[in-house]
Amino acid sequence: MSLSVDIRRSLGGFDLHTTFDAPEGVTVLFGRSGSGKTSVVKSVAGLVTPQQGKITVNGRVLFDRETHTDLPVHKRRLGYVFQDSRLFPHLSVRDNLCYAARVSSRGATDPRQVGDLLGISHLLDRRPHSLSGGEAQRVAIGRALLSAPDMLLMDEPLASLDGPRKAEILPYLETLRRETGLSILYVTHNMAEVARLATHIVLIDEGRVVRSGAPEEVLTDPDMVRLLGIRDAGAVLSAIVAEHLPDGLSALAISAGKLFLPAVDAPVGAKLRVRILAQDVILARSRPEGLSALNILPVRVLAVRRGEGPGVIVQLQAGEDRLLARITRRSADALGIVEGADCFAVMKSVAVSQTDIAVGLQTGL
Amino acid sequence: MIDWLGPDEWQAVALSLKVSLWATLLSLPFGLICALALARGRFFGREVLNWLVHLPLVLPPVVTGYLLLLGFGRQGPIGSLLDSLFGITLAFQWTGAALAASIMAFPLMVRAMRLAIEAVDPKLEEAAATLGASRLRVFSTVTLPLILPGIIAGVVLAFAKAMGEFGATITFVSNIPGETRTVPSAIYAFLQVPGGESSALRLVGVAVAIAIGALILSEWLSRKIAHRISGT
Repeated sequence: MSLSVDIRRSLGGFDLHTTFDAPEGVTVLFGRSGSGKTSVVKSVAGLVTPQQGKITVNGRVLFDRETHTDLPVHKRRLGYVFQDSRLFPHLSVRDNLCYAARVSSRGATDPRQVGDLLGISHLLDRRPHSLSGGEAQRVAIGRALLSAPDMLLMDEPLASLDGPRKAEILPYLETLRRETGLSILYVTHNMAEVARLATHIVLIDEGRVVRSGAPEEVLTDPDMVRLLGIRDAGAVLSAIVAEHLPDGLSALAISAGKLFLPAVDAPVGAKLRVRILAQDVILARSRPEGLSALNILPVRVLAVRRGEGPGVIVQLQAGEDRLLARITRRSADALGIVEGADCFAVMKSVAVSQTDIAVGLQTGL
Repeated sequence: MIDWLGPDEWQAVALSLKVSLWATLLSLPFGLICALALARGRFFGREVLNWLVHLPLVLPPVVTGYLLLLGFGRQGPIGSLLDSLFGITLAFQWTGAALAASIMAFPLMVRAMRLAIEAVDPKLEEAAATLGASRLRVFSTVTLPLILPGIIAGVVLAFAKAMGEFGATITFVSNIPGETRTVPSAIYAFLQVPGGESSALRLVGVAVAIAIGALILSEWLSRKIAHRISGT
């Protein structure tokens, strides 16, 4: 266990009461805006002070109301990446990166390794104002890394970037997680980021933790669909690249069989994580024939959740993995989709976009 | 320039420079602390401090001078204390002229610095703290470099104001040649005697030249620093 949080903070009618443990890896704090997730990460960093509770990182107490421990921000040894990059405008990229070394004994003075990791080595002599949004954010991440933190806090680091810039940074974050082994507390309300980065998820709503666990479990919990957003609901599956086919498809081995996707940018044998949206999954009671969709997996219905609208969410067991499907209530009734029913999940290959595939992931499962 | 100016005039110019320089240098640390307190402080009496700092700007200079005389004169409470403790007298001395000039210039200095401090994004200071910088380090490595143009602007403004201070100075320390006769006092004195116009005019020229020089210098410095800070 790397981070342990148990805090209370009331402010202007909003009551934050958050308790969770974040294991090693990337813990994503997920919630809608206003759910209190930024207050939590700011409390961990010491930028705001909870009224009650305790915060420890690797057993080191950062805050404890009972013993009146409240380490100042600069002694907490946590790297913080803000939504806006907050680079120092009067310093070069190099001096921004080495800022921690200048003001404390912990920081590293050689920016080259981190520079290479984040692809910013060619920017060292530039000034922050001349960087693009994506470059500035990579420099901000590098600056936090070079402060040699015990843990990295990232507060919606991609939220201020547009789609292409996000796509530009996500692979660097994956590399970061893979190569540094640094534990990260990552705040977001973007499901694509959750699916690609999370090794542990903490769902937070109105200041309280409603669910935490491995993404494979939390994301396929039909009771969490409301919080995750109906359009973003979907499962993440662990997969291994089995074969690259000459017709432009890649075959991935998953526990329930094979998945054919448009060519995946990873070598044979690589471990991947694939996100499959609930709305991209079609259900059939018998194995369909004469169908253009390539992916047909035998599944068993675990649960059916009816909501207010015309749709239902169906939780499926596919081999050892779980899937979610969103179908109409009418179809569910007509086909007899009830708990325990055997059926087939159908997915179009092209429905899974490259941005929903995370490369080189150790899910720890 | 020494040949061009008569000895009396040169004396006034040199004295003015000395008085203004000391007035500016001595008020710089206090000005910065006041500006920081007003821009960032959340304390009881902040409004009162704000009033006090700005008072010399709106009071008639003669009133400020007279109040200084009451407080810092040989019989005044602060003046007698300074005299008995350190043997310092201010009344009718060039040091008194420097005090009067610094008090009159203080609001301008604080205003310029305060504006610069308020323009600094506290988020940058937050970021610096998360990188391991103590409050003092945050100030010296982030806040100070970012407000440097404002500090320079404040210093130059204060210096120019000190050079031109007349009312409070002449009330507090009178108009003693070689001791408290600064350029404005000298111009005034020359205009009181027949045939003094040419001397007065030369000093006017000097005053204008120094004022313009100070403005150009401050513009150049702050542009240079703004350039360095933003990197454009």
